Amino acid sequence: MRAADAIVKALEMEGVEHIFGIPGGAILEVYDALYDSEIVHILTRHEQAAVHAADGYARATGRVGVAFATSGPGATNTVTGIATAYMDSSPLVVMTGQVPRPMIGNDAFQEADTTGITMPITKHNYLVTDEKQLLRIIKEAFYIASTGRPGPVLIDLPRDVTMADIDFDYPEKVDLIGYKPKIKGHPKQIKKAVDLIMKSERPIILAGGGVRLSNAHEEVLKLAETIPAFVVTTLMGKGAIPEEHPLCLGFIGMHGTKYGNYAVMEADLIIAIGCRFSDRTVGKFSEFAPNAKIIHIDIDPAEIGKNVRVDVPIVGDAKLILQEMIKMIKTKQRKEWMDRVKELKKKYPLKYKQDENVIKPQFVIEKIYELAPDAIVTTEVGQNQMWAAQYFKVKYPRQFITSGGLGTMGFGFPAAMGAQVAFPDKTVVDIAGDGSFLMNIQELATCVDYNIPVKVCVLNNAYLGMVRQWQQLFYKKRYSATRLRYPELSFEKIAEGFGAHGITVEKPSEVEDALKEAFEIDKPVVIDFHVEVEENVFPFVPPGRSLREVLDGE
Amino acid sequence: MSEKRCTIAVLVENKPGVLARVSSLFRRRGFNIESLAVGTTEREDISRMTIVVRGNDRTLEQVMKQLNKLIEVIKVSDLSENSVERELALIKVHATPAKRSEIIEIANIFRARIVDVARDSFIIEITGDEEKINAFVDLMRQYGIKEMARTGKISMARGPKTVG
Ligand SMILES: Cc1ncc(C[n+]2csc(CCOP(=O)(O)OP(=O)(O)O)c2C)c(N)n1
Repeated sequence: MRAADAIVKALEMEGVEHIFGIPGGAILEVYDALYDSEIVHILTRHEQAAVHAADGYARATGRVGVAFATSGPGATNTVTGIATAYMDSSPLVVMTGQVPRPMIGNDAFQEADTTGITMPITKHNYLVTDEKQLLRIIKEAFYIASTGRPGPVLIDLPRDVTMADIDFDYPEKVDLIGYKPKIKGHPKQIKKAVDLIMKSERPIILAGGGVRLSNAHEEVLKLAETIPAFVVTTLMGKGAIPEEHPLCLGFIGMHGTKYGNYAVMEADLIIAIGCRFSDRTVGKFSEFAPNAKIIHIDIDPAEIGKNVRVDVPIVGDAKLILQEMIKMIKTKQRKEWMDRVKELKKKYPLKYKQDENVIKPQFVIEKIYELAPDAIVTTEVGQNQMWAAQYFKVKYPRQFITSGGLGTMGFGFPAAMGAQVAFPDKTVVDIAGDGSFLMNIQELATCVDYNIPVKVCVLNNAYLGMVRQWQQLFYKKRYSATRLRYPELSFEKIAEGFGAHGITVEKPSEVEDALKEAFEIDKPVVIDFHVEVEENVFPFVPPGRSLREVLDGE
Repeated sequence: MSEKRCTIAVLVENKPGVLARVSSLFRRRGFNIESLAVGTTEREDISRMTIVVRGNDRTLEQVMKQLNKLIEVIKVSDLSENSVERELALIKVHATPAKRSEIIEIANIFRARIVDVARDSFIIEITGDEEKINAFVDLMRQYGIKEMARTGKISMARGPKTVG
């Protein structure tokens, strides 16, 4: 069988239904094989978007996302997408074309050292040098991408390999001596953790993206209710528990809720589940939760003790570990602590100043939440992302999709596209900034072409807003290179030029109608909300400060 | 936190690109390699790297854990204590007829071997732990070292214990 056909057949056997990508010379053979397959290929208009779309697809479904690109520039265009997926532990298999084996290393046309370039941003990568290893490698790639701490895996396919003739015997199992993720938590450690929980008077659960990756939502909720303990999340952990749940204190960190941050600082026990204590979440490392013992549950041993000291580490799969813990925990009412946190919640709510004449970006998010609480929401990066995280109360896991680790502008729109492909009947909204949207705006063509009815809500503040905010607060309003708007720019017209639907909204009273209109139309829509230009995101813990040092902007 | 040195033995799959992966990891995470030696083992499909790295306790822990995350890394062991450590050095030393017997005598004391003799130079081969080689090199300096090549350190735990 032609190796290219074997690749496609292997993908079918892995259950792949959608691939995002762009063809080119080095990967022509594989695209030729794809022509006869049931797999739906979505031709994006940029390879970065193909990888983000596959990533959005993976985050929305929990399955492995697949992207294709050709050699050289096609492959280098995937880099931002791969790095984004790597930082947020998203399972992807990216296949790139490569020049034929005899030409590798000679600077052939469209040759790039793709495996060299992507080595530090993939969980693993392969250059296929022997066609007989091809099927084993594909099997391994899917296994590695989706198990343990998930991540992107890249397979670089020299063109002559894809043309070779091979036997199709797809391996059933993988045998990797150096890769055996630890799944079961150590019983002794679990016991120690339970003892700490029982002794604790002021416990808090800190849920990260690992909860989603391990499908441990039910267990987190059960644990929280059994102890009982309040739950804060990281940005990636949003959705670990329904955010309207009385025990949920929202997300913490730089722009997290004030009550969440304060509660963490007052806690005597942090039960961290599948999170990596990033600087954006914990503020100043040495002052994080100063009175608390820390239990850290994570499948990646390298995360234990990397950023903060840990008292009881438990390495393994969060779901299984929590199941064990729940069996051993007895409910203990901690009235004083409950009252204290309720008081914090009441005293320091999220707030912004409403305005009758100017659209407040927070107001737009509140309206989106009100009209489409079940929508899958993706975000771009910047202020839009933080307001979305603050005001959209996530109901179910995998509902909120954002680039947390790398903070990639241009992620949200193609990721929304991927999520929409996975869930054609759902409303999928990309909450965007004007700057970020421009970074992958070409995907409007893909959305119209395949009728992927994503709704892009641009919080158009005429600036690279988040950068402008820092310039305002830390650089005396010297707005160096952050102004974006010029009078001729019209997202409505751009949308229409692509064949999508465009709406411009300038008054608060029009926000609701515009959203309703967008949600009713069965095609991609861009709503350009002209919002308050110098609105800032608060609360704000300046970088490197403790979570107690919250700026309010008042 | 105070810095210390640590000798790590890393068993890896014998595949192309593994060395690049390991060194890329050290560079990316800002770990400092003092020496690195790679060679085959008793098994054809497995190579052994001996890496000497400097850092505080937390860094060294991260080095081991991050190495373990590499798919092609099979086993990582800390051999800093209670192990046999060896390096090999080749030293081309200036050896005038007047100084020859002196040099030979020192070499004998160190159990070093003279492996090449030219009109006014020797190549001396010496194995041993780092201190021994350093001491020998210091003594040779007075005669004039024309060239030197040292391997990285290799290391093996004492007693019946193996890292595999
Ligand atoms: C690809 C990329 N380039 C630059 C940045 C740095 N950056 C962070 S936020 C931001 C501004 C984002 O502007 P916009 O998309 O308009 O969103 P806003 O903050 O105004 O909501 C920039 C430039 C980034 N995160 N990603």
